[in-house]
This record gives sequence, structure tokens and C-alpha cells, in this order.
Amino acid sequence: MPLHYFESMNNPVIRKYVSVDNRSVKVNGTGLLLNEQGADFGEFMKQIYHSCSISYLKFFKMDPQSKLGFVAAKILLQDDDRDRFEPEEKAIVLANSASSLNTDEKYFESINDIPSPAVFVYTLPNIVAGEICIHHNLKGENTFFIQEESDIQFMVSYLNILFNTTSTRKVIAGWVEVDLADNYRAFLMDVEKENGGESQGNFTVDFIHQIFKL
Amino acid sequence: MSVYLESENIITSLGFSVEENMKAMGEGISGIQMCSNTTLSDQAFPVSLVDKNRLNAALSGFSLPDDSTFGKLVFLSAKEALKGSSVDPSDPRTVFILSTTKGNIELMRGKGNNAGNNRLLLWHSADQIRRYYGNPNKVIVVSNACISGLLAMIVGQRLIKNGDYDHAVIVGADVVSKFIVSGFQSFLSLSANPCKPFDRDRDGLTLGEGAGTVVLSNRRPNGRKTVTELVSGASANDANHISGPSRTGEGLYIALKQALKGIDEDPGFISAHGTATPFNDDMESIALTRAGLAHIPANSVKGFIGHTLGAAGIIESLIGAWCLSENMMLKNMGLQHQGLVNSLNTPIENLQQPFRTFVKTASGFGGCNAAALFRKHE
Amino acid sequence: MEELKEKLKVQLIAQLNLEDITPEDINSSDPLFGEGLGLDSIDALEIIVLLQKEYGIKIEDTKKGKEIFQSIDTLAAYITENRK
Repeated sequence: MPLHYFESMNNPVIRKYVSVDNRSVKVNGTGLLLNEQGADFGEFMKQIYHSCSISYLKFFKMDPQSKLGFVAAKILLQDDDRDRFEPEEKAIVLANSASSLNTDEKYFESINDIPSPAVFVYTLPNIVAGEICIHHNLKGENTFFIQEESDIQFMVSYLNILFNTTSTRKVIAGWVEVDLADNYRAFLMDVEKENGGESQGNFTVDFIHQIFKL
Repeated sequence: MSVYLESENIITSLGFSVEENMKAMGEGISGIQMCSNTTLSDQAFPVSLVDKNRLNAALSGFSLPDDSTFGKLVFLSAKEALKGSSVDPSDPRTVFILSTTKGNIELMRGKGNNAGNNRLLLWHSADQIRRYYGNPNKVIVVSNACISGLLAMIVGQRLIKNGDYDHAVIVGADVVSKFIVSGFQSFLSLSANPCKPFDRDRDGLTLGEGAGTVVLSNRRPNGRKTVTELVSGASANDANHISGPSRTGEGLYIALKQALKGIDEDPGFISAHGTATPFNDDMESIALTRAGLAHIPANSVKGFIGHTLGAAGIIESLIGAWCLSENMMLKNMGLQHQGLVNSLNTPIENLQQPFRTFVKTASGFGGCNAAALFRKHE
Repeated sequence: MEELKEKLKVQLIAQLNLEDITPEDINSSDPLFGEGLGLDSIDALEIIVLLQKEYGIKIEDTKKGKEIFQSIDTLAAYITENRK
């Protein structure tokens, strides 16, 4: 067997990446949906949701950060073959800077009236990861990191540890944030340990820096 | 390479060191008391709180990087743990990791008054402690609901094993605030009485306040009767519901299976999550049964110190490590009548017998679960 | 009673963020939980909030909630008996 076969076994690859911000939804750096009317967050999320042609009533109950992560993951995994890996081989590793402060503030406002359990449950950053796991049946490793700014070096290093030392074979990884000023941004990658093919060797700090900025 | 628990501290209602906490728990004393502080809740409720006068006294004379209750807990716990450590916190081979769910949420104000307040940012809280010790590395913050503490230890262990660092100072803390109390009340999850993990009549959890710090190192600690190794750990998701425990114990079962992969001996005991909500404890009994561990003695220490949220995984792991070294296992405080969907081996008296290993588990909102195996070396 | 039921439907849709569902879609005798509206345990807690906010009724026992929250019919009957 040629040597490069073994290399392709060991090098994770980014199969696909998706970014969502107030201007557009991009897949692999190419615009999929533009927010031409300058729709506000709620409207834009609804547009993206409808563009996915799904019916998932729970979407409308989610807090902004979960809506954002949910649509990004939905687009990322739209053409994914669910059965290629076992659920417990599929991990999710997310990060942001503001934790769940946007929803924390909303919940705080409800305390002196009647506290809302449906808002409280979203006052944890990892709930968006939970929503994504539920919809895509991901049962593997779960971690939410809080970072001053996106630490791509760390993310690459941690994903490599998961691939090399755990049962993980696929990771949904990236950044999902709606901050206190309502600024929002999601960047998710679908990273797999075994793939080969064209995207070979793209799981590098440099490459992710490039695509994260797009 | 092995990763050891090099040095530690815990701060709870029962004391400001592991020794002090263990002495109280060993004697069957619970730190849960009724609280009628209306800044926390309109109705009196049982809770385990850190003695603030003592906290302030312990810190008098220090110029604190953050003088909030959360900042004080993090600072004092890290300081106490590092006091007994040979690890240099300023060493570039040392990394700081913070685990918390809500950090300084006590400082939150009305809408529009929070955007400029860095103290609300969890990475900022972590960075304060890193700066204080002159550590050159980026801090790591794990905020993953109630598995945060255990997951932070697993992350630290992995980074050391991978050679990224030699040592990790892992601090976990959460403060009982109105924010948290009202939230659990809105979920109808707080019991009106001190919690009763695994009991037939359990009807909710009791919140706890606290901090825990563990220094992990690839260097085997000297001068100890026994040392504890963090052998392996894993996390997993139920993929079922964001707040309701899985009816099949799915995520916890997977986390246990992964953490114990390749381990052929039964663990000595299980330090379970055991929040004392009806569904959580049943879920754990299902997962432990599926994992073939229903016969292993299991306890929850939440009847002593409540649920310390983001600190729980660290505090409870350190309690487990102490018990391992003393060849004892704490009883299930608050348990009178076993009543789980699958029965477990949940002692109601302290056990005194040789133990070599224990498993710590945790589960949380978002469907997350974690498990880790600890082993004693004589 | 009919008026209360119609009002409840509107309130439920708002409180539980039931997107794309109109009061006409909800049959008063249909089960609220399980199939249909896809409600879950968090929705049950939110109905408790709704009862407290709009009708001054406090429910602290979740087991009791199960019976009351069966349908719009049972909910309306409970409110009529207990409202202040």
C-alpha cells in the first residue's frame, strides 16, 4: 500500500465549512444566501431556516445563539451521510467569547417578574451544542470553550487529541456567538479523520485562519 | 505517561481545605442549611453556602485581582492549592484552566448596562488569575453546564498527555446567586428540604457554593502516603433533550464505556452525580446498569455540600481521591429508602475497605455527560 | 368557557413560541403533549408560568400539572375553578 494512504488515514480533513453573520451565509467561502434586505437577526434566521426546507418546531423556541448554531450546523450537515459513523464517534467542540451573556441578560430581566424556565435553560453556552447533537444525533465528545478570541491553534490541537486518543472520527467544530451587543457570528467546520480526496491536508492552523476570516 | 493529582484545595460550606471538608463529611455532617436571605430568594430555601466572613478574613491583606465573591473563591482556592504544590504557576509548561457555569453573573445588571463589563466575561475572570501568577500561556475556560469541572480535568489530562504542557492548574467555582436560584426554582428542581440523592422520596436538588482547585502534573508527587492518577476520561451527549435526562441513560452510558475502555478491573467505587431530582437519579441508575456497574458501591456527596455546579466535578473528584487514599467511601447523606428505577449499590453508612480506583461521573443540561477513572498508587 | 378556551389558545401560542400554528389548528379536546404541538417538559413549565402570570394560579406540583395540562378543555376547566 502506498505511503500516502496511511497519511490520509491519520490527517483529519475539513470536508465543509459554513459561516453565518448579519450579511450572509457562506458555504466553503461562497455565498449561499445574502441578507440583502438587511433583515434583523430573527428575520434572517427564519429566512435561513426556511431555505433549509425543514420542519422543526423546536427551532422557534431556541434562544438566538442556539438558532444561529442550529442553522449553521443544518447547512453544514445537509448532505452528510448520517450512517457513515456511529453516533458516539461524532463529537462537537465549540467556542465563543461571550458565553451565553446575551440570553443571560434576557433571563435577568425576567427574574423580578416571573422567571422563565424556557429562557433560563439557554443561559449556558453549551445548550447550542446540545441542540445540534439532538438534531444530528451526535453522541460523542462535547466541549464548550470560552476564549477571548477564536484560538484556532488550540482548536486544531484539541481536535487532533480527540482524533488520536478517543473514538472520535468526526467533529463539528467552530465558533458560535451572539454577544451582548447582538452582534452575531457562526463558523462551523465538519472535520473528519478519514476521507482522503481533494481536501487532503487542509486541516491546518493557517488554512483555518484564512477561511475563518472570509 | 501518567497524569497525577499533584496538589489540591476545596472550599465549601464545610471548610476551606480538603482535610477540613473530609473531617466533617466523615462524621456525617452536612453543610446544607435553611437560608432566608431575600437577595437570593423570596422564600427560605435549603442551600450550602461558603462562610463569607471567613472568606474575607482569609483574604485580608491581599490585593485581589477581582473582589467579587466568585473572584475571591477562585483566588483563594488556587492560592491554597498552589501553596502545597511543587509546580511553578509561572512556568511556560504550566497552563491555567477555569471551569464555571456562571462566573460573575452576580454582577449582571439590567439590559444595556452589561456590554462594557469585562468582569462578566468568563475568559476575563480566568485571565485575572493567570496574570496574577505571571503565567505566559493563554488560559483555557471550560463552560459546559454541570460537567464543566470534570471535563476541565479531562481536558487538562489530555493536554498533558499530549505533551502540550507538563502541569495544569484547574480551578472550578460557582457562586449561589439569585440568577441561579430563581432559574432552578422556575424548573421546580429545588427541593424544599436538604436533597436526598437516590432516595425513593427525593424531590429535587439543593444548590451549593464552592470552589475546587487541582494541580495536575506529569510529575509524580513526592512525600505522600499515596498518589492519585487521573487515568482516563470521556464526555458524551444524550442527543435527546436539552434539559430532561435521557430515559436510556444514553450519554452517561457512552461516557462510562469510553472512559473505561481497556480497563478490565471493576472500579472500587463510583462517585456519581446524584442531584436528587427524580429523573436524574433514575437516569444514572439506568446508565450504570447498562454499563454493568450497578453492583459497585456508588455515592453522591451532594447531600453534604449540595450541587456546586461548575465546581462540582473538581470538588467531588478531590473528595473521591481523598477517600481512595483513606480506603473509605462516604455514605449517601440524605438517603433513607432506596427507590430507583434500577437498583444500585448505594451505602447508607461509610464503607471502610481497600479501594484502588474510583469513577467520577457528571451530567448536565444540554444533554452532556462525563466520566473519569482515578487510580491510587501506593 | 368557549371564550376562555379561545383566549388560552392565543396565549399558549405566544408563550410557547408556536410558530406557524394558529388557534384554529388547536382542537380543544386534543392532547397538548405528545404528538401534535410537540410540547415537552419545558413547555409544561412555561404553562405554569402562564397560569401564574395571566390567571394568578400557582402550581407547584408537577404531577398535578400532568392532569391539568391534558388539553385546552382541562386547562380551561381548571382555570375556571381556581382563578382569583
